[in-house]
Amino acid sequence: MSQFLSYALPGIPYGCAYALMAVGLVLTYQASGVFNLAFGAQAYVSALVFYIAVHDHWPKWAAFVVAVVVLGPALGLALDRLLFRYTRTAPPLVKLVPALGLLLAIPSITQAIFGSAVRDSPPALFLSPDHVYFHLASLGVTGEELATTVVTVVVVAVLVLVFRSGTVGLRMRAVVESPRLTELAGIRADRVGAFAWMLSSFFAGLAGVLLATVYADVSASNFTALLVAAIAAAAVGGFSSLPLTLVGGIGLGVAQEVIGGYLPSGTILSSGLRPAFPFVVLAVLLVARRTFRQGATATDPLAACDPPPPSLRPPPRMAEVALGTRAFTALVAAVFVVTALALVPGNWEFTLTQGLVLATIFLSVTVLTGMSGQISLCQAAFAGVGAFCAGQLAMHFNMPVLAGTLLGGILAAAVGAVVALPTLRLGGIALALLTLSFALVADNVLFVYPWAGNGASGVVIPRPTLFGASLAGNGAFFGLALVVLVLAGMAVGVIQRGSVGEQLAAFRGSETGARSIGVDVRRLRVTAFALSAGLAGVGGALYGSLQQSVSPNDFNYQFSLLFVVVVATMGVYSVAGAVEAGIAYTVLQQAVDNLPSRYGSLLAMVFGLAALSYVRHPEGVVAFVKRWVLDRAEQFARFLQRNDAPDPSEAAAVPGGGR
Amino acid sequence: MALLEAVGICKRFGGIVALSPLSLAVAEGEAVGVVGPNGAGKTTLFNCLFGILHPDAGTITFDGERIDGLPTFRRARLGMARTFQRLELFTGMTPRQHVLVTERVRAGHGHLWEDVVGLGRPGPEEQRMADEVLELVGLTDVADVPVEALALGTGRLVELARALAARPRLLMLDEPSSGLDGGETASVVAILTRVRRERGTAVVLVEHDLDMVAAVVERLVVLDFGRMIADGPVDGVLADTGVRRAYLGDAT
Repeated sequence: MSQFLSYALPGIPYGCAYALMAVGLVLTYQASGVFNLAFGAQAYVSALVFYIAVHDHWPKWAAFVVAVVVLGPALGLALDRLLFRYTRTAPPLVKLVPALGLLLAIPSITQAIFGSAVRDSPPALFLSPDHVYFHLASLGVTGEELATTVVTVVVVAVLVLVFRSGTVGLRMRAVVESPRLTELAGIRADRVGAFAWMLSSFFAGLAGVLLATVYADVSASNFTALLVAAIAAAAVGGFSSLPLTLVGGIGLGVAQEVIGGYLPSGTILSSGLRPAFPFVVLAVLLVARRTFRQGATATDPLAACDPPPPSLRPPPRMAEVALGTRAFTALVAAVFVVTALALVPGNWEFTLTQGLVLATIFLSVTVLTGMSGQISLCQAAFAGVGAFCAGQLAMHFNMPVLAGTLLGGILAAAVGAVVALPTLRLGGIALALLTLSFALVADNVLFVYPWAGNGASGVVIPRPTLFGASLAGNGAFFGLALVVLVLAGMAVGVIQRGSVGEQLAAFRGSETGARSIGVDVRRLRVTAFALSAGLAGVGGALYGSLQQSVSPNDFNYQFSLLFVVVVATMGVYSVAGAVEAGIAYTVLQQAVDNLPSRYGSLLAMVFGLAALSYVRHPEGVVAFVKRWVLDRAEQFARFLQRNDAPDPSEAAAVPGGGR
Repeated sequence: MALLEAVGICKRFGGIVALSPLSLAVAEGEAVGVVGPNGAGKTTLFNCLFGILHPDAGTITFDGERIDGLPTFRRARLGMARTFQRLELFTGMTPRQHVLVTERVRAGHGHLWEDVVGLGRPGPEEQRMADEVLELVGLTDVADVPVEALALGTGRLVELARALAARPRLLMLDEPSSGLDGGETASVVAILTRVRRERGTAVVLVEHDLDMVAAVVERLVVLDFGRMIADGPVDGVLADTGVRRAYLGDAT
């Protein structure tokens, strides 16, 4: 019994850390409708400012006031005014992408402002963190544990009281459901929305300062890792009940410690299962509980008052303009190929090849998120499956890399189909979170096995050969990557325009409507997942062969999040968007690598900020610019036509191919 | 033999009895109106017939085959089609695309290999059939406009066109005239009459507009609190005192 307690008791303060983050997440979700994965990043900002102020010899209370009371709500207000105000009635993807963008942008902006020095031994707010204050069942309770536990319980109690007793909570939830209806009731929706963000950001700041001492140093990735694990606690509360979330968090912490204590040490399962435990719990909860089932979501009755969103498919263009576009695209492609092969030094050729390979992986996002409307946060894991399959086959069976790539794609497709099965009852955020939990279990458990990703040692994948001729040279590999991308792009295009694509479009428009005309929605969803995972697997295997050695860290969940942000920003509804995203990302990465390390995360910042434009342009920034340019081109072409042939029967817009 | 036969359908939501044992039979080519006050269970009945909800008890037979256990999409493929009270349109698609995708799903398309080999695109025969349906419903002018840019009345016509594109044996319409003006309602009546005449489609019509229902159907079923309180020829049912009390209240 005392052994059980010796495992369980330290789990309580751990659990309170989860609970604090989870409560913040649930608060934000209920108050603003946004599942704010950037909550950890917001916590990080306040923790950092507090740290710097205290190290600058500010008194703790002053540092707290600036870092939490002032900075938190100020950040929240800015986020609402600049960004989330426009997403109030938007679908889940449009709400998620800016949050993911902020997850990337906030830490890199902070780093650019404050530098990237390591900040260890974060200061505690009350009590001294390592001092043992008293003993419980012969275990010492440190200041940090005591502070975390007490503050968490107090804060949650206060929040519950505030929401139960006043109209504040009710108003916030009403605005989430329908801002316009609340305005008709005489409530200023904008003010309530802004207050909601200020409150939840204050909470993020508080959580940041309080939990900073849990880790050895103040870093954004620590907070995000804690947040991601805390999602399981939020799931216990069904993303709505604060008291249940608290219970869930504490339970999660205790269970994790107990399991870690009783599992035999030294096996992969024990070293992987303990950190992966929250994600397994999350997956089980998402699948088992009714609350997350995709029911009739409460739609805003006044949503029709907004103008229809910009059409996601490009409009048909005049024949001349369409022809001009095709010619221009061909020219750009030719210039690109020639540049890569002949005009740039070797490392740039490598970069551009990487861009092509990444574009192939990005096509998987186009298929799953663009075509079928499902948000997947585990695409990098599928890529990893392909890569490790190819590598293991090459290592153990001397299988040629190209054959291994194909098999890797097929295996990844099978894994994708399996992952799709539990998602069939879910939709929107719940589906995204289930895929995220898969990604994390893959990172921590699956890929660590020697027969998979082989943990830190990684897997070696040689360069490919084709019928004996080596494709190892940079130029030859570039050619291979180009051919694969072209084939993949053509395949996706053909599917998009064909019968599967139109059924996916119908499903995306209305699942009930699709079922009512006879579409087998379950088979369709699994097909979309399998196709998408297969593409990611092929891209992953090629990536591995390009790098010649890969490890699980090359495919971790943060890449999955990044992929969604990058592709959504550039344009998730077209093949061109994926290609442009892949090339732009790697080119920018290479360019940024040459800057001082302070700006190392500049790339994340750029894409993070660009993701914020996604709110106004869900068709993609590049698609938006292209459309603008082509609109002007069409205007010009019509102007020329009018001058050339002034007869009344001038050619009307002939539906061309467009992009 | 009836085309559609529902026997003893019960549905509860927690403590609320939406449908106490309810039985309904629709013959081939027949037109039946289902009316009743709000909350009577009309849409719940439709949802049970179509597989969107599972009844707690009862059997449903279509064309002699038991369909209780079948998912919605299978029932649709057997020849049932439906429109929805709150529109379920495919946002982002045009009316023509709505009709085409429905035809092609009915024809059995939707396989990856077809698309890859180049057989995935709509053929001329399918386009012709689509044009026919669009012309029948009067959507030819807006056939290539994305549906989110269309007005509600036109949206209802798109749903109707989509339901007709599958050439159903049974057409189930849930408040098709809701939100439509007199002229639009009259066109819906004309379309339904023409469809019944030319194709022999059976129609089940849930409606509040009694004039409209009387113009389309021969038989009227009245629901109230989940029970059927009348079932018979239109004129007789409308004159029934029990129906009047339920629908219009006591002060006659």
